[in-house]
Amino acid sequence: MSRVRRTPDGVAVELEAAEASLVRTLMEQLIELLGETPGAGGELASVGIAEDAALPDDPVLARLFPDAYRDDGEAAGEFRRYTEIGLRDGKRDAANAVLSSLKAGAAHEDAAPGGGDAEVLLTPDEAQAWLRAVNDLRLALGTRLDIGEEWYEELDDLDPRDPRLPMFAAYDWLTMLQESLVRAVW
Amino acid sequence: MSTAPAPVELDRPDIEHDLGADRPWLAIVWNDPINLMSYVTFVFQTVFGYPKTKAEKLMLDVHHKGRAVVANGTREEMERDVEILHSYGLWATVKRDD
Repeated sequence: MSRVRRTPDGVAVELEAAEASLVRTLMEQLIELLGETPGAGGELASVGIAEDAALPDDPVLARLFPDAYRDDGEAAGEFRRYTEIGLRDGKRDAANAVLSSLKAGAAHEDAAPGGGDAEVLLTPDEAQAWLRAVNDLRLALGTRLDIGEEWYEELDDLDPRDPRLPMFAAYDWLTMLQESLVRAVW
Repeated sequence: MSTAPAPVELDRPDIEHDLGADRPWLAIVWNDPINLMSYVTFVFQTVFGYPKTKAEKLMLDVHHKGRAVVANGTREEMERDVEILHSYGLWATVKRDD
């Protein structure tokens, strides 16, 4: 079981090998999903302005980068043009920061990198990155699973052979991790 | 045969928005079943510097009423706030106060 606690030196996160491996795999998938911003190849991309500005088709990306205007498609598109590249970069950076701290944590262990338990000590900035990246993972998994307010009750009725069960378990575990991270930084 | 060049559409200043420049705009956060109540409260405190009691009240408004106005100001300020809220994964939108 993972443990998160506040110490005088920062937020300490202990993860079992399987948990560290899960976080690593999911963060890598998130980074892959974030990919390139559509329209980021334009000449204004270097200053963070995209050419294309449509709500992403993928429901997960649409949740991570929602329209900023509900009833004004033009304003929503303009907002997206000016913000989505930066927001994608920020989310990618946060996920990469988690991977870096896991790598540093695993390096302290005797086991081969990626194989052993991990204990990581997070600076305030790193703890913020973990909070945002773990939350993005929950948004991604939760959107794929179509999580509703009553999902925990529905989980009890799920067929044990349901192929979504591992995803539900990962979501549940990330929720506990997120809750303990919030408590540790607050 | 030739065709006339297509008219070039220029970006004109948005007069309607300029006239409404001093009317306040709102940043609204919408309820969703994924973000944790503790996390949302933490984000309101971190992003806006609100005291815990105010951040908690806004979070509960979002949770029970489906949405809450979390900030107001110029359009640019509200867009900036909403961008930051999106970076934290909150579902936020900009709206003119009416």
